[in-house]
Amino acid sequence: MKYLDEFRDPELAKVLLGEIEEAITQPWVLMEVCGGQTHSIIRNGIDRLIPAEIEMVHGPGCPVCVTPLEVIDKALAIAARPDVTFCSFGDMLRVPGSDGDLFTVKSAGGDIRVVYSPLDALAIARENPDREVVFFGIGFETTAPANAMAVYQASQEGIANFSMLVSHVLVPPALRAILDSPSNRVQGFLAAGHVCSVMGFAEYEPIAEQYEVPIVVSGFEPLDLLQAIRDLVRQLEEGRAEVENAYPRAVSRAGNGPAQAMIGDVFRVSDRAWRGIGTIPGSGWELAEEYREFDAVSRFTVTDIDTMESPLCRAGDVLRGQLKPDECPAFGKECTPRSPLGATMVSAEGACAAYYLYGRFRELEEAAQ
Amino acid sequence: MTISMEAWSCPLPLRDHPNIVLGHGGGGKLSAELIEHLFLPTFDSGELSELADAAVLAPAEGRLAVSTDSFVVHPLRFPGGDIGELAVNGTVNDLAMRGAVPAHLTAGFILEEGLALEELAGIATSMAAAAKRAGVVIVSADTKVVERGHGDGVYINTTGIGYVPAGVDIHPRRAQPGDAVVLSGTIGDHGMAIMSVREGLGFEADIASDTAPLNGLVADLLAAEVDVHVLRDPTRGGVAAAVNEIAGTAGVGIALDEQAIPIRPVVKAACELLGMDPLHVANEGKLVAIVSSDAAETTVDILRRSTAGRDAAVVGEVVSSHPGMVIARTPFGTSRVVDTMVGEQLPRIC
Repeated sequence: MKYLDEFRDPELAKVLLGEIEEAITQPWVLMEVCGGQTHSIIRNGIDRLIPAEIEMVHGPGCPVCVTPLEVIDKALAIAARPDVTFCSFGDMLRVPGSDGDLFTVKSAGGDIRVVYSPLDALAIARENPDREVVFFGIGFETTAPANAMAVYQASQEGIANFSMLVSHVLVPPALRAILDSPSNRVQGFLAAGHVCSVMGFAEYEPIAEQYEVPIVVSGFEPLDLLQAIRDLVRQLEEGRAEVENAYPRAVSRAGNGPAQAMIGDVFRVSDRAWRGIGTIPGSGWELAEEYREFDAVSRFTVTDIDTMESPLCRAGDVLRGQLKPDECPAFGKECTPRSPLGATMVSAEGACAAYYLYGRFRELEEAAQ
Repeated sequence: MTISMEAWSCPLPLRDHPNIVLGHGGGGKLSAELIEHLFLPTFDSGELSELADAAVLAPAEGRLAVSTDSFVVHPLRFPGGDIGELAVNGTVNDLAMRGAVPAHLTAGFILEEGLALEELAGIATSMAAAAKRAGVVIVSADTKVVERGHGDGVYINTTGIGYVPAGVDIHPRRAQPGDAVVLSGTIGDHGMAIMSVREGLGFEADIASDTAPLNGLVADLLAAEVDVHVLRDPTRGGVAAAVNEIAGTAGVGIALDEQAIPIRPVVKAACELLGMDPLHVANEGKLVAIVSSDAAETTVDILRRSTAGRDAAVVGEVVSSHPGMVIARTPFGTSRVVDTMVGEQLPRIC
């Protein structure tokens, strides 16, 4: 398949692995920022193909995982209202709130729809003027342009029954938070290709310079990841700390100008709480003043939110790269995809789910050796 | 198969009500007219036309096999088929997966008030065609009507009766280490066809459901005296669910070769786009056969002679390690666990 099979070629993978082995002389700790990369790494066993000197730790780039519990609880409360049609990306439906998830609300009679784009939610609002249609606008920079576009169009067309529950998060402040942490071990980053396709990679250059940490923009296919790991290892071994682009077929330094302009019009930077991590200053987007009428939180007064995380869940440590999912005492025991304690066990991009889905065989293999 | 409604014209007694009304389920004249003028001529079955409370069937040789399934697909028509065809093939295939020769079907219809009679006639027509293709006779039927808003147009339950020939023993517990895992064709077509048309993803023109009867393939294998240990049709939950069930029942491990699994490029692309694993996507015209390893090649050759099995391939093996667990070997020489989904597959966010 065009643009996929070429990046899954086992022979080329061997060449890249050889180049990594050639370059490496000492241990390095690398973080892949995006949960999509985590899944590809674990699914294809890339962490086991690369030299043992490299430790891959998994980053916070799973939008479903870092959406704060308070926001999930607000979503559950809004979705349960009889006048509301609540639209969401599919993988938010199973994320546990303090008491149940969106599936629970749906089975209790809530009108909840899975959509593939916020513009689908806008179309539902257009066709159902008597319903309050709310879209759950979460995600990193990747989903922001379409979310911004939906709000912009609602404003242009005067679709008053549309609103958005916004919980957008940004990658660069999260990288700074990780690097500022006294217990940080990460020595190099694979930046998230999809985020960079929107934002470009120029905004990572000050981080690389200030923290003297190499950052390589990476795609999601096995060869993309191996190439980015090779480039990171070469930088580390040569003592360089630059931003490099190993995903040029999708990413440019400046990114997508019109998308950024749309984001700049509709959103403004705000402080944002990250589930399991805490509040990171300037790490999110909220609706700008002139679009505030489309803010679901101010439209629907949601009170009595009393959040309660599972005391066993250590998703925060996982998201900061300080704990491997299978090192968590609850992993595979109290916490499974069937009864997840934290969002990292649910999402298609969550590190705990990746370990659970693809990784359990490794224990058997290791035991057999 | 696409349905041509041009051939169907509403019989005179039904013309007063172009849509289903509650009275069609009331057991009175309207019910009788619906049965007499819509179902009976379409299904064309001697047993059914007797309008008795029960069909009385002569026993055939072999052991009796019975299977029931309900069909609630939305939309009612989709690229490659409709709910009627699915309702026949689904139950025929369940019988065939035990090595039974399907013979009779019953059909129960839950109709929603307001359903166009023309639509119902189209569904009945495609059921009749599917039954003919699979060589089964619809011997008993029932209709009920629910109020508008209480159904999704039409729900269909079918129960099938078949006969297992002497000497045939096909059961998941018979999978044993060393056996080969054979797949009769490409995976994910049905699930992605439904999703595409339901969600308007724009793949409708390129992906069609694979709904098809599999009893012909099974008959070919048994006629050639292939040592078939297990058969499963990987419907809901996809190939992953089917092989996990086999591994669990037989207490064996199964190792799939990721690269050997046939999948159409457009289905693969649709799955990539939505973040779905094709191994978890439903099929309605494919079978997984577990056969002794020396019969693997013959099995593939026989399957490939039929249209329904033209892309058949050996996709893995049964192993004694990791009992109850299915793994997939990647092109990179690594392995991953292939698990059963917890609930529905959910499209990812980005």
